[in-house]
Amino acid sequence: MIKAVMMMNTQGKPRLAKFYDYLPVEKQQELIRGVFSVLCSRPENVSNFLEIDSLFGPDSRLVYKHYATLYFVLVFDGSENELAMLDLIQVLVETLDKCFSNVCELDIVFNYSKMHAVLDEIVFGGQVLETSSVEVMKAVEEISKLEAASNSISLVPKSVSGWRGR
Amino acid sequence: MEQLKTIGRELAMGSQGGFGQSKEFLDLVKSIGEARSKAEEDRIVLSEIDILKRRLLEPDVPKRKMKEYIIRLVYIEMLGHDASFGYIHAVKMTHDDNLLLKRTGYLAVTLFLNEDHDLIILIVNTIQKDLRSDNYLVVCAALNAICRLINEETIPAVLPQVVDLLNHQKEAVRKKAIMALHRFHRKSPSSVSHLISNFRKRLCDNDPGVMGATLCPLFDLISEDVTSYKDLVSSFVSILKQVTERRLPKSYDYHQMPAPFIQIKLLKIMALLGSGDKSASEIMYMVLGDLFRKCDSSTNIGNAILYECIRCISCILPNPKLLEAAAEAISKFLKSDSHNLKYMGIDGLGRLIKISPDIAEQHQLAVIDCLEDPDDTLKRKTFELLYKMTKSSNVEVIVDRMIDYMISINDNHYKTEIASRCVELAEQFAPSNQWFIQIMNKVFEHAGDLVNIKVAHNLMRLIAEGFGEDDDDADSKLRLSAVESYLQIISEPKLPSLFLQVISWVLGEYGTADGKYSASYISGKLCDVADAYSSDENVKGYAVSALMKIYAFEIASGRKVDVLPECQSLIEELLASHSTDLQQRAYELQALIALDARAVESIIPLDASCEDIEVDKDLSFLNGYIQQAIESGAQPYISERERSGMFETTDYHSQDHHEVPAHALRFEAYELPKPSMPTQASTELVPVPEPSYYSDPHQPIPTSLVSERESSEIKLRLDGVKQKWGRPSYQSTTSASSTPQQSTNGTTTHSDGGAGSSSSKPRTSYESKKPEIDPEKQRLAASLFGGSSSSRTDRKSSSGGHKPAKGTANKAASIPKETPIPVQPQPDLLDFGEPTDTTVTATDPFKELEGLLDSSSHDGGGSTDVMGLYSDAAPVTTTTSVDSLLSELSDSSKGNARTYQSQTSKGPNSKEALEKDALVRQMGVNPTSQNPTLFKDLLG
Repeated sequence: MIKAVMMMNTQGKPRLAKFYDYLPVEKQQELIRGVFSVLCSRPENVSNFLEIDSLFGPDSRLVYKHYATLYFVLVFDGSENELAMLDLIQVLVETLDKCFSNVCELDIVFNYSKMHAVLDEIVFGGQVLETSSVEVMKAVEEISKLEAASNSISLVPKSVSGWRGR
Repeated sequence: MEQLKTIGRELAMGSQGGFGQSKEFLDLVKSIGEARSKAEEDRIVLSEIDILKRRLLEPDVPKRKMKEYIIRLVYIEMLGHDASFGYIHAVKMTHDDNLLLKRTGYLAVTLFLNEDHDLIILIVNTIQKDLRSDNYLVVCAALNAICRLINEETIPAVLPQVVDLLNHQKEAVRKKAIMALHRFHRKSPSSVSHLISNFRKRLCDNDPGVMGATLCPLFDLISEDVTSYKDLVSSFVSILKQVTERRLPKSYDYHQMPAPFIQIKLLKIMALLGSGDKSASEIMYMVLGDLFRKCDSSTNIGNAILYECIRCISCILPNPKLLEAAAEAISKFLKSDSHNLKYMGIDGLGRLIKISPDIAEQHQLAVIDCLEDPDDTLKRKTFELLYKMTKSSNVEVIVDRMIDYMISINDNHYKTEIASRCVELAEQFAPSNQWFIQIMNKVFEHAGDLVNIKVAHNLMRLIAEGFGEDDDDADSKLRLSAVESYLQIISEPKLPSLFLQVISWVLGEYGTADGKYSASYISGKLCDVADAYSSDENVKGYAVSALMKIYAFEIASGRKVDVLPECQSLIEELLASHSTDLQQRAYELQALIALDARAVESIIPLDASCEDIEVDKDLSFLNGYIQQAIESGAQPYISERERSGMFETTDYHSQDHHEVPAHALRFEAYELPKPSMPTQASTELVPVPEPSYYSDPHQPIPTSLVSERESSEIKLRLDGVKQKWGRPSYQSTTSASSTPQQSTNGTTTHSDGGAGSSSSKPRTSYESKKPEIDPEKQRLAASLFGGSSSSRTDRKSSSGGHKPAKGTANKAASIPKETPIPVQPQPDLLDFGEPTDTTVTATDPFKELEGLLDSSSHDGGGSTDVMGLYSDAAPVTTTTSVDSLLSELSDSSKGNARTYQSQTSKGPNSKEALEKDALVRQMGVNPTSQNPTLFKDLLG
């Protein structure tokens, strides 16, 4: 099972973090920091795998990939295959690339909810759901289309106090 | 430039429909991005929190704005700040009918809330409604949310809907419904136990994606209970077959590989089902063989499948053909330039080595390369492999390597692990006790605070017991060497507490035993320890007890004791210590010094830490005292059994007996606070089975001293601990091979010691012990590998048998092999010594290695071809010609064996040669320039 997906930039600022088991905010921060300190000490041209029991408990591994200013990180347990996880990062990046045409760090920051939509189509509840970036794109586009449609219908919002009273 | 880019993005954002955000948010992100310090970032976020708090309280927030606030809340929480003030708004947003808002709401609550949060109860109703929605996107959003938000109690509320969704017309919904059920199963298996048949049913779903999703829960279910899913073996195999035959729609291909993630999951499941099951394994052989043939090893995902095949083969019942294919795949991995593949290769090797131990041989070079690789992950994986393949013949090399690595890293977590592995290997395979003590010293010195205390006790016990009841001479030698090494180490700064305890104990027990060191010298050292680590009570306690023993031995042997002034001041300081333990020890020491020889000898007999202390459980020595007391009118003691027979209570004070009626409820409530009992010191009230004689006021000093000894005794008696350096097997080695070893070794050690002391490093003579092992090891390697090919083959044939029983059985199998060797081949080879020495250096290292591999692989019948002799001769010549080199070798703590070749060719300085060697290797010229014997040590 996949335990967490993280994206952070090369200065250690988290850009997206999703933990598939609930963790308190402080713990999440601690883990993000821990992961970053491990990653930034890795030299170039070494393997993309890490055994990371010290942070995530026994039998946890981590796969990361470094793209331009971003680290993509997957943390998972023994029931997944490291090389396959590496490809899952690839799938995610390919999809984002299609989504934003030449994805960069800013896209990820400014399209926070879309990022999550993409991620949710690929990984669901800690399991790999879909690995074809074409399929993921289809699903995400359908969501945005429907959202845009529903948005235009109810352009005039009900007041918050109105539905607070329900 | 960066700004321009940002502006461009902002403009582009406007056209991106629902995903765009306001200027404010962009500014926030930008300012955080530009923040130079954490403090500045915190300040920005805090002011943002203030703004949001105010905005959220405004009466009429438009929904679009609200949505953006919530995204901003998520964002600040990701940066590590508390956004709980806005949770309720996220919850409200999930109620909205608008899909965009609903999805945002769900996204926020899944990130904010945990499943036991109070607000969940407000969401369950919405989820229920959404699961029944006509819009499948709403259903998906709800399914997504339940994975995180539903706990054991709320599962029943949504379960019926989720089960209904298993038959939804959209495959995306079916897939997610299965995953959600899987999640329920993980959270509370009992809640969905009646629905497990659904997973089986969905395996036949006509959408391959749904089938693939079903594999996830099935994998979990099968790993919990293999037997009830054996019937599915053939289904899984046929699914895998169809997938590999590209029967799935093209859309499931990934990098031209048909549904790789499904293949991997299937292989994982098959590994579970096939382990130890002959018939199941046999069904799988076909498809696994096909996979090896079809797999494209040029892509990453193809290699992932290959690796999964190797894993599967190592789990199911072995099939020689498949093992061959797996070995081939592994060698491809190891030869690759990619570190990732090397990592997988090492991992696969570690799995296969359990089944066929010979497989590592052909990858010796690759393994050594990985061991020296700068990549830490790879290095650790390689150490794991070495750990798995350790046996008594290569334990020294491997443990040495591990310790070197352990010293070099800072990561405490891994340091602990590798230290415990070193200890485990050393305990299991130690070739000699001396070596064991040396290894332990190193482990303690560098990772002392991280090892288990039992390890320390074990070491003390080994030193105390020695390795044979009959061989007192060897025992005392062992102790002397331990004492010597400790006296060297003790003056180093900042030793770990545990190690100091061991040192103090050993110095106290055996420091003066040999007569080499005077009592005042040892006690001075001990005082120094107590002084230098004055904050550590344990160390102080051990030191004081050690002082006591030393003085006791002195007094007992009739010598006059001069208590050193620093020792006197230590005692005085401790007499007023806050720690009662230290105080007691100090008082005891003070009292002991005043006693005469005979009394002292009976209190602390010499070297008696291993004697059993007889405990008089009846306390017969108190009879007179009791008699007296009874005569003067005291109540006789009533045993616990009698008391409980009368009053059905276990431990109650005799005074209470009359007052306490049989009031069952009350007894149970009041039974807990037992510890207060011993404070009421009266002999009648001691129902505790272990008599505590320290409470006896009769003869305070002597008995308490005995109890002190007793307590230190108790610490050492580790009944639960296995002592694995088996005595019998060890003796068989010494008896067989000690004579030739000592005759040559005696000279080398002496010259060696001289060389060690001449250099000025503080630890050299401690270090210089290494070469002592060195020639021995080389001879061992020579005898094990080149010696007789017949013993090789016979080991191979027996390997299947002895591998599973890793521990002692393994050793028993390997020991007999070495016995004949030192006697037999050596004379012939020594004649060869000089000429081969020159030829070895002249030959191309590649060729030499080839020769080695050759002789090991198809030199079956004990033939004496030249190559075979090379492999014999090479190590042996070192032992004859390296006397002069040994002193240099001792300089380099690491490369004891591997430098020998470069030394003979490149001049006397081993370090320089090492560096050159490293340089050559870095340039990638020839990794083979290393000493082949090392490979053999490691991989034999």
